[in-house]
Amino acid sequence: MNPRRVPVELDPVRPQDSGPLTVTLDGEEVTGQAGQTVAGILLGAGRVSWRTSRNGRPRGVFCGIGVCFDCLVTVNDLPDVRACQRRAQEGDVITTGVQDG
Amino acid sequence: MAEVLIIGGGPAGMAAAAAALEAGARVTVLEAGYDLGGQYWRHLADGRSGANEAALHHGWDTFLELRRTITEGCDVVLGAHVWAVDRNDDAPPLVHVMVGAPDGTDREPRTYAPDRLVVATGGQERTLPFPGWDLPGVFTAGAAQALAKGERVAVGQRVLVAGAGPFLLPVVTSLIQTGATVVGVAEASGPRRLARGWLPRPWELLGTRSKATELGGYVQAMARHRVPYWTGRTVVEAHGTDRVRAVTLAGLDDDWTRVPGSERVIEVDAVCVSHGFVPRTELATAAGCAVDENGFVVVDHEQRTTVPGVFSAGELTGIGGADLSLAEGEIAGSAAAGRPPRPQALEKRRRYATFASRMHAAHGIRPGWQTWATPETVLCRCEDVTVGEVRDIAAKTGARGLRSLKLTTRAGLGPCQGRTCGRNLEDILVVETGGLMQAGRTSHRPIATPVRLGELAATLTPAPAPERAPDREDHP
Repeated sequence: MNPRRVPVELDPVRPQDSGPLTVTLDGEEVTGQAGQTVAGILLGAGRVSWRTSRNGRPRGVFCGIGVCFDCLVTVNDLPDVRACQRRAQEGDVITTGVQDG
Repeated sequence: MAEVLIIGGGPAGMAAAAAALEAGARVTVLEAGYDLGGQYWRHLADGRSGANEAALHHGWDTFLELRRTITEGCDVVLGAHVWAVDRNDDAPPLVHVMVGAPDGTDREPRTYAPDRLVVATGGQERTLPFPGWDLPGVFTAGAAQALAKGERVAVGQRVLVAGAGPFLLPVVTSLIQTGATVVGVAEASGPRRLARGWLPRPWELLGTRSKATELGGYVQAMARHRVPYWTGRTVVEAHGTDRVRAVTLAGLDDDWTRVPGSERVIEVDAVCVSHGFVPRTELATAAGCAVDENGFVVVDHEQRTTVPGVFSAGELTGIGGADLSLAEGEIAGSAAAGRPPRPQALEKRRRYATFASRMHAAHGIRPGWQTWATPETVLCRCEDVTVGEVRDIAAKTGARGLRSLKLTTRAGLGPCQGRTCGRNLEDILVVETGGLMQAGRTSHRPIATPVRLGELAATLTPAPAPERAPDREDHP
């Protein structure tokens, strides 16, 4: 799947270029823009799911406002962080795949 | 001088803060996000703000003006996650907050004991379940909007928008502005119901012409991009295994019952769904505020709740959009600071409340949705509980209490604690058992947002060791 991030140079909103920001997702580098949430970076890079439900069904972003908890990730060893609410920091290590509790 | 604490930095909370400040109060605003604005004015992060960001928003100048006023005159606490409110006899409740990163550790605990409290925690989308609605690539319409406005991310390249209500239209515009192709918009209400809701007594809508202008803009954008708009039609299934690849659209009758033989499959890589909004009442409920039979916080003409010193404004008191929230917020802020609200604000509230009731008449959820949910359809996304399991257990036990049903099926017991499935679960139970003992009970959550035990433990000061009386000896 293609990246979904609107290219800065083509964006009618003319956002400032805040510079790239790289996180690792399960060991793989994913790049977005500084200021984005973890979910924004992952979706922008074409990832739509990064977690499984109790029965192993794939889950990614659903509500986007912190209500549904579908997008939980582990950030720098801290589990159960809502990817849609947390702004990414350069070098964040994101791991996924296991649902706690 | 009254101390006014406001929970929520969206349109209602911002208007309340500005009005309370203007009335001479000392004002603190608690906002969980990284900036003021709420979901309505969710915008790019500092350092990314766009030269043409107003293109993404309605009332952007109003936002900028309110933000300037509030930032200069109020104590604004961002990243403020209110996790509990404690009732405090006849005074407003104590408000417990963790300040810091969402779901973080080492956040700073704070407790406020305000003279007056304004609860403006807004609403969230309600999404009705259908087979495949839990596939990645199915988003709430609000998620698509938030990702477009706050991240400049397109949720897909070929996107279908479905559900009910005028909110679908700005979502289409936002998607188009991210470069996505919107393959169509499916409004569940049919032409007859839309006409009954919107056409009679047109003079009532004269005072809300800005709404008409706003809607006109969306319609123009849709026409320019040749986006079809279907009525009496909705998504009844999303297809795919790892992610959504296509959807089935079906016709609906006036009651939103699926019409057999009307199905049509469309290839998409994303679906955005919104069937309306419900209030986020955890904090108001915990504070002891009464709610009505639809789950909205009960307020008087000056936005007072049933708890002394506690006010509420915005989507919590009825779903009506940003203009109504701004009017209610202004009234609540003035009243909380002890000044009578301006007549203009009262008039504005009246006009936009009319608009809201028309919107509900035209687009409100109809019970026929339960015909789209097959027994295998996931109801509770966190715990993978299906509609069939819930119906079976409800039929077998006849339980009219949500607690026993949650414990038997696990529906509503996952990480989101029933925020997503609660209302749908209640609807199904009403059909299966003939009524609930306590409607709206799924929004009763004393702990309003997850808080880590380590953070809580860190807030406790160890009890002093018992002092030994100096003139007494211990006897074995």
